[in-house]
Amino acid sequence: MAVDERFTQDYRDGQDEELVGTRSEIVTGPVADWTTDFSHLEPEWAADPYPIQDELRQGCPIARTERFGGGWLPTRYEDVAAIAYDTEHFSSRAIVMSNYRPPLDLAPVGGVPPISSDPPFHRDARRLLLPAFTKSAVAKREAATRAYCHTLIDALEGRRDVDAAREYAQHIPVRVIADMLGFPPEDGPRFRAFIEHSLEGVNLPPEERMAHMGELFDYLLEQIRDHLDNPRDDLTTYLIEAELYGQKLQPAHVSGTMALLLIAGIDTTWSAIGASLWHLAKTPADRERLVAEPELLPTAMEEFLRAYAPVTMARLVKQDMHWHGVDMKADDWVLLSFPAANRDPAHVERADEVVIDREVNRHVAFGLGIHRCVGSHLARMELRVALEVWLERIPEFTLADPAAVTWATGQVRGPRTLPLRVGRT
Amino acid sequence: MKVQINPERCQGHGRCYDLAPGLFGEDDEGYGQVLGHGVVPPGEEEAARLAVANCPERAIDAHEET
Repeated sequence: MAVDERFTQDYRDGQDEELVGTRSEIVTGPVADWTTDFSHLEPEWAADPYPIQDELRQGCPIARTERFGGGWLPTRYEDVAAIAYDTEHFSSRAIVMSNYRPPLDLAPVGGVPPISSDPPFHRDARRLLLPAFTKSAVAKREAATRAYCHTLIDALEGRRDVDAAREYAQHIPVRVIADMLGFPPEDGPRFRAFIEHSLEGVNLPPEERMAHMGELFDYLLEQIRDHLDNPRDDLTTYLIEAELYGQKLQPAHVSGTMALLLIAGIDTTWSAIGASLWHLAKTPADRERLVAEPELLPTAMEEFLRAYAPVTMARLVKQDMHWHGVDMKADDWVLLSFPAANRDPAHVERADEVVIDREVNRHVAFGLGIHRCVGSHLARMELRVALEVWLERIPEFTLADPAAVTWATGQVRGPRTLPLRVGRT
Repeated sequence: MKVQINPERCQGHGRCYDLAPGLFGEDDEGYGQVLGHGVVPPGEEEAARLAVANCPERAIDAHEET
């Protein structure tokens, strides 16, 4: 068999060790004024961002910050949708707002294609992934996912106090994506460290962030080499073999897409499962109704996705422009808040209420336009199965201590500690 | 009643084939497809309306046949 020379040496060798993009000053600390100094990394945002977003939407509605080298936060559905659809003025070259902007020539591929890609490359990179993530493709994983959820609940047997985020929600997507990529299931704890570093360590010095990213890509290269020696029926082998424009993919494309699937597939779904259980723990009427009417779950689940949408994306402004009343400069960040759009009263009735039998629910938890979450069908399957199994096995539960619940900061929001009291109280 | 998907707008969210599996299906990449000629059989009108109302991309159109 011919040796695949793309991965024999570390393909990153010879790349400039220096960061070639633009850095900005790291600014942390309490927010003085949300209209001019917003930050999604401060504790008050993590604890409850919705009143902040509601107030901005009424009075601002596109907030500004000088942190992260400058950025904008639109809060109306209309503005979020317009940006999601406008790939001419907004680039996906970076999708995590931080103190480092990658160089312009990273576009249109970006570091983690296709989420970081712009047209026209984006469509071709995305098409490579779509068949593996259709509803019928992910349905084949449902039985194994359900069995795994039962195993997790079995391990909680006899306990009165459990942490539904750490002991249940987080393990489900880790297992599913490890299976899909063909990674050893026992590596799960390492994935969680990679995720924390890439999504939550946003205000660390750029060198430190790069070092963490280096560890992730070291791990991925290890997995790629293992798959070259032992090809198998999984996404890693698929990406190694995949072709675009008549050639095998660039090595950085293979590992970048693997990094994307690993990172984007885990804490997003973990957050959605956790936020749904958090809501049910504090809302006995909704919990009892779903236990009594399990057929309502698919509808209720969409409402949890709307009200507690876990994911916010980012874009970079391509050129100076006057946009919807503000003066945007080239390379300003835009925080694309799907959670804020989902709670815009101009878009949805009773926007601030969680209505589990809401029939018309045009929410945008999975984004809009060409970057619609590739894993949305997988996420929906995992969320539905995780909630079905939990409600079947543990129909009675409450928050053990509402003040002990902690939420992730940054662009993916969900409970990271969720202490529940199980059984009748 | 007849339903149509605008392929320029559809991004494969799949709400239509979740909510109205008798009227819509997925293609190999997950994009929505109208099953048959899109004529809504009696009893499926409500499902058709739900699919239209829940499409995040507003890609589905339902109209009365004339």
